[in-house]
Amino acid sequence: MVLNESSPRAAESRFDDLREIAHRLRHHVVHMAADSAGAHVGGSMSAIEILTVLFFDGILNVDPLRPKMEGRDYLIFSKGHASAALYGALAERGFFPVEELKTYKQMGSRLAGHSLKSIPGVELATGSLGHGLAVGNGLALAGKHDNSSYRVFVVLGDGECQEGSVWEAAMAAAHYKLDNLVAIVDRNGVQEDGPTEEIMALEPFADKWRAFNWAVTEVDGHDVEALSGVLHKVPFTPGRPSLVLAHTVKGKGVSFAEHKNAWHYGKLSGEQREQALADLAAAAPARGGRS
Amino acid sequence: MTLAATPATATTAATELRVGSHEWIAKYGLSAVETCRLAQLELARRDERFFSLEADLGDFGGFAFRDEFRDRYLDFGIAEASLVGAAAGLALRGKIPLINTFASFALMRACEQVRLDLCYHNANAKIFGTFAGLQAGFSGPTHHSIEDIAIARAFPNMTVIAPADAVAAYWATLAAGFHPGPVYIRLAVDVTEQVYGEDCPFTIGKGNVLRDGDDLTLVASGLTMVAEAKKAADLLAKDGISARVIDLHTIKPIDRELLGRAARETGLLITLEEHTVFGGLGGAVAEAIAEEHPAWVKILGIPDAYCEQVGPYAAHLHRYGLDAEGVAATARQALSTKEA
Repeated sequence: MVLNESSPRAAESRFDDLREIAHRLRHHVVHMAADSAGAHVGGSMSAIEILTVLFFDGILNVDPLRPKMEGRDYLIFSKGHASAALYGALAERGFFPVEELKTYKQMGSRLAGHSLKSIPGVELATGSLGHGLAVGNGLALAGKHDNSSYRVFVVLGDGECQEGSVWEAAMAAAHYKLDNLVAIVDRNGVQEDGPTEEIMALEPFADKWRAFNWAVTEVDGHDVEALSGVLHKVPFTPGRPSLVLAHTVKGKGVSFAEHKNAWHYGKLSGEQREQALADLAAAAPARGGRS
Repeated sequence: MTLAATPATATTAATELRVGSHEWIAKYGLSAVETCRLAQLELARRDERFFSLEADLGDFGGFAFRDEFRDRYLDFGIAEASLVGAAAGLALRGKIPLINTFASFALMRACEQVRLDLCYHNANAKIFGTFAGLQAGFSGPTHHSIEDIAIARAFPNMTVIAPADAVAAYWATLAAGFHPGPVYIRLAVDVTEQVYGEDCPFTIGKGNVLRDGDDLTLVASGLTMVAEAKKAADLLAKDGISARVIDLHTIKPIDRELLGRAARETGLLITLEEHTVFGGLGGAVAEAIAEEHPAWVKILGIPDAYCEQVGPYAAHLHRYGLDAEGVAATARQALSTKEA
């Protein structure tokens, strides 16, 4: 299912649909974190709308029935620890059955804590941070060389941007004028040990990207309408790679996990699962209005 | 070293002598890195999937590629993680990246990118590590690369090759180009002694017996080492000792059959490598022999220390007993111990 219609009424309905999908993806994360040894709840919840808009708003040109389709767009999910969010999005988009999400981190499953390369829709196994952008450069360089029109989207964590390799790659992307490359940073402000600004300050973060010659747009990373508007506009500047700085909330939607580094990773108890589901239900999107 | 000029001259002259032949290499005094670069150029001429990826060391014989294939020559500056990551991305699109930099930087600075982006994904990328071993001589330990074999061969999917001379480097590069998956090739900049003449058999995974012998086997890998092993065998012959010499150019996958036979027939193997004595050629041979046909393996290499003495390459080799005299001395001693 890809939603992309143009009339105002249709648009409103489309954003409602996106909000409903995001809501479902959050449910999946809750259950994966409760039914397995644990999941990266915080960074999964913060990335939900980013993935929702990429996969369900006609941004990514991919075909779940032909995951290796020639000419497809590439998604490199560099913050691979948030695999619970990615798996939910891939399953809902039809790359594999939603039912399979129940096997997350179970014996014999292909849904590892960090994505394996064999999962349909996964272009690059990620999990060790700081790898995705450079690989995205290679894909984008190949596209430029071959005059292919595919695009490359790389989703980065904000804490991940403390890795020097991210900035090596940022430099190269601008040097090679890779305007077929879009990086989206999930700026949830919190990493494993605490707030990013306390652990290793990233600010002035947008300015850093601008100084590296990227075209930068900041957006509310939980507002599907705003995200959609931004991602439909890439490249922001011809001849430059695009950076979407998506301001998000770590653990978004789960009351006890929001903004908490303690929920960077964790297993939900039965009680916590109930609380999380209640939180999601209370915030469930109503059609015709924002949740 | 006239690195920038030589390959161009050699390319122009390629019509006179067969490219890659030992006469051609000898005539132009080419080093292994130069013949490797020329082979890369050949690959690029034959197949448009080949790209040259650089980290600001293209002047080591790479400019001919840049001049001929500007759009397939990508420099990432002094940023090896960026370089190796991009190689993986290009490989995902069916390109064949030829990564050129110093051995110590490709495998150590960008170690995790090599591990995950290339090896885990079985990316069809080739790494050419220059200044492997002690060839950087005077440059000191930052530029000596004495741990690269151990690192490279620990990665699943990785093929590890150390050609014996500039002739073998040429054919090894061509072979690697059409060998699927990640390949690491160890090279050096200086012109080294030529081992191969008219006939340079090069099959990945198949070692070459350069001299037959019954008393012991010298197993060598890489530039200079194979040449020294051959000379050591000459010295030993004068003492009536018959030494078999194996050029084990492919360290992974290792030629178990050839090593097992040498162990059975000679009972003593001495390995030579410009690498620490941990986890390199000696380690690989010992692992194979322990399983195939247990025999005494003596490992010659660099002991558990960085080479801090400032000096030329030859002096370093002599210090570690890796020259022909040192190898012969070790062989005589080992043989007398064995026979005692």
